[in-house]
Amino acid sequence: MKLKNNVGREIPDEILKEKGYQSFQTVDFGNSVIQRDAPKVHATTENNKVVDSLQDVVLKTVKDGMTISFHHHFREGDYVFNKVMRLIIDYGFKNLTLAPSSLTNVMNEIVVEAIGKGVVTNITSSGMRGTLGDAISHGALKNPVIFRSHGGRARAIESGKIKIDVAFLGVPNSDAMGNANGMDGKTAFGSLGYALMDAKYAEKVVLVTDNIKPYPNTPASIKQTQVDYVVKVDAVGDPDKIGSGATRFTKDPKELKIAKTVNEVITHSPYFKEGFSFQTGSGGAALAVTRFLRQSMIANQIKASFALGGITKPTIDLLEEGLVQKVMDVQDFDEGAAISMHKNKNQQEIDASWYADPANKGAMVDALDVVILSALEVDTQFNVNVISGSDGVIRGAIGGHQDAATAKLTIISAPLVRGRIATVVPNVTTVVTPGDSVDVVVTEIGIAINPKRKDLLKLLTKIPGVPVLTIEEMQKKAQEKVGIPKQLEFTNRVVALVEYRDGSLIDVINEVKE
Amino acid sequence: MMKQKERLRRTMMFVPGNNPAMVKDAGIFGADSIMFDLEDAVSMSEKDAARYLVYEALQTVDYGDAELVVRINGLDTPYYENDIKAMVKAGIDVIRLPKVESAEMMQQLEVLVEKAEKSFGREVGSTNLMAAIESAKGVVNAFEIATSSKRMIGIALSAEDYTTDMKTHRYSDGQELLYARNVILHAARAAGIAAFDTVFTNMDDEEGFYRETELIHQLGFDGKSLVNPRQIEMVNKVYEPTKKEILNAQGVIAAIEDAKRKGSGVISMNGQMVDRPVVLRAQRVMRLAIAANLIDEEGNEIEE
Repeated sequence: MKLKNNVGREIPDEILKEKGYQSFQTVDFGNSVIQRDAPKVHATTENNKVVDSLQDVVLKTVKDGMTISFHHHFREGDYVFNKVMRLIIDYGFKNLTLAPSSLTNVMNEIVVEAIGKGVVTNITSSGMRGTLGDAISHGALKNPVIFRSHGGRARAIESGKIKIDVAFLGVPNSDAMGNANGMDGKTAFGSLGYALMDAKYAEKVVLVTDNIKPYPNTPASIKQTQVDYVVKVDAVGDPDKIGSGATRFTKDPKELKIAKTVNEVITHSPYFKEGFSFQTGSGGAALAVTRFLRQSMIANQIKASFALGGITKPTIDLLEEGLVQKVMDVQDFDEGAAISMHKNKNQQEIDASWYADPANKGAMVDALDVVILSALEVDTQFNVNVISGSDGVIRGAIGGHQDAATAKLTIISAPLVRGRIATVVPNVTTVVTPGDSVDVVVTEIGIAINPKRKDLLKLLTKIPGVPVLTIEEMQKKAQEKVGIPKQLEFTNRVVALVEYRDGSLIDVINEVKE
Repeated sequence: MMKQKERLRRTMMFVPGNNPAMVKDAGIFGADSIMFDLEDAVSMSEKDAARYLVYEALQTVDYGDAELVVRINGLDTPYYENDIKAMVKAGIDVIRLPKVESAEMMQQLEVLVEKAEKSFGREVGSTNLMAAIESAKGVVNAFEIATSSKRMIGIALSAEDYTTDMKTHRYSDGQELLYARNVILHAARAAGIAAFDTVFTNMDDEEGFYRETELIHQLGFDGKSLVNPRQIEMVNKVYEPTKKEILNAQGVIAAIEDAKRKGSGVISMNGQMVDRPVVLRAQRVMRLAIAANLIDEEGNEIEE
């Protein structure tokens, strides 16, 4: 039997039953009372946790069937994941659950190998792409992958849904007791936001570093009270591949047009006033929005109280100019943002729970006024897909999408079509973020406003040079350009579950048909 | 529908006819005219593909209110006749002929256009023409070219070839184009058609672009040919009327309305008679103000 959830998705009944899921109902989290899960602590009074051999630590900590975790702050420059997984595969461990904060391309090959050898039998992640996404979408893993947003992962860890046995956390520096941060050293990446959850909740915390600092190492983001082992290795990452390097401002006229329109929407909204807050994310258009927003803030003498989320250098520039009072970093996308972390006291490292967890005594996204998010697809119900590609194959990540979309003004910024693929479609392939949390879709041909936001319909319809279309009209325009694609074909087998941030099931991803 | 001769032509954006992504997106940047290029932007091996692509795009893509222009290959090329046939069949608004040096070249084109209109069931006379002047000879013959056909809507200076012909090259102050610009402008005005300035290709020299655009605006050009969509906004900014100009134009328009209401043949404002040039200028200012989103269609000021 199949039941439709509140975004019209048919979720197989047996999945709900077997996995103990509720079907997605509402974007409103309410005021639940939640029991948190605390980890076991292996107490010690020793003064040195440094171990030279990663092998020894892996052998001492990992057992068949365990859940192991990593963070993805090193992004494409990560060495730690591959070092640890190589040992785990070579020692022949079996039936592990892999629970990293996300999986980057540099991790793909070894995960595919680990799946093939039965080393990894379960995965939960924010997302995946490339060869790994391809393998999963073609049924490589018996158990469905569970995709969770950053806030959703924090919630799942706190409530024991993800029970991490061993966290292997690469850090650019640490002292012998495990006081560590992400801000100093040649592989500095800034905020340790996602890893802080693992450090707090994993039963065994293994720090991996190439840079042992004198005790006590401050400021300490991860603290000695949380750490079991500090492993010294030659190198934890490739500094050149960690960040996006120098942030280049897009020259693509279409991206600029979209960014400009996004800025028009923001500045004509009721939220653009003294003390507003925003999140822009990374990517060419997002950086351009930040630049246009800066001009508007100066012209209107408006300052923001905070900028949130994954931070880039252009946002730090606003901070230094005094246009933004505080920057709240859960991660830093480029060197400029990472380096400034320890220099600017108005830049605050926040963990994924503080950032985005709904099962909380208040997350920062709850106070967020404006967010600009991307989309692989958005449909006529305003539902957004950021995880599966036009071929149905997994190639993306939820990231903070669902979480930040709860902002007061959620803007989806995307080209109407990409090449010959429509972005605005009748039905998204996979619902990741429900349309109820999306307010405005911005494309190069104009904007579409969620009809539920009657207030915005009124305010945003008279912006000079910004045509307002219904989302259906927008979808038709896309279709006129690229035609109607052949329906994607999937088998009945579910290869991944997409959780909403509250832990309910918003959609499933099926195996693609050959 | 606005009469062809009265429409705004501040920006004529070049779009390489062999680039699907650019052809597809050409309508989103707010260019007054979009000029699909089948000539210099397209290599010999892609001439047919580009013609086909532009033809298909004209059937399927919505370019809004933009005037659609195609630069066909020259008279001396083997692509010339097929370009004309395909573009007339596609219902293009304007055919732009490159390297025009005489009225006969335009008249020859007109014969072929009319023939194509007849054979594809297009209304005879519905395809407009314009000429690009790219040589000393073309400049000298500018007026006969501008008046060569009833279908003519404009003439454009193309400075790259022209400066080569003149044994010079382009300088940042534009002195080398002074004569050509003025001749072309006068020819166009005398013929009652539009005058387009040449392209400015250095995208990194924003200051130089503004300097040149302000110059041609001051001279009286309708607008400029552009190589990059990012230049559209800059040209429009230069062509934006001032608040004072708008207020004055609104006064003139009100006076016209007033005269109409009273059934009077004489338009007067503040006790003075308003003559035809003032009316024409006021109408153009209002068109520019509406296009720049400074006033709405009813003539009311748009609050920022």
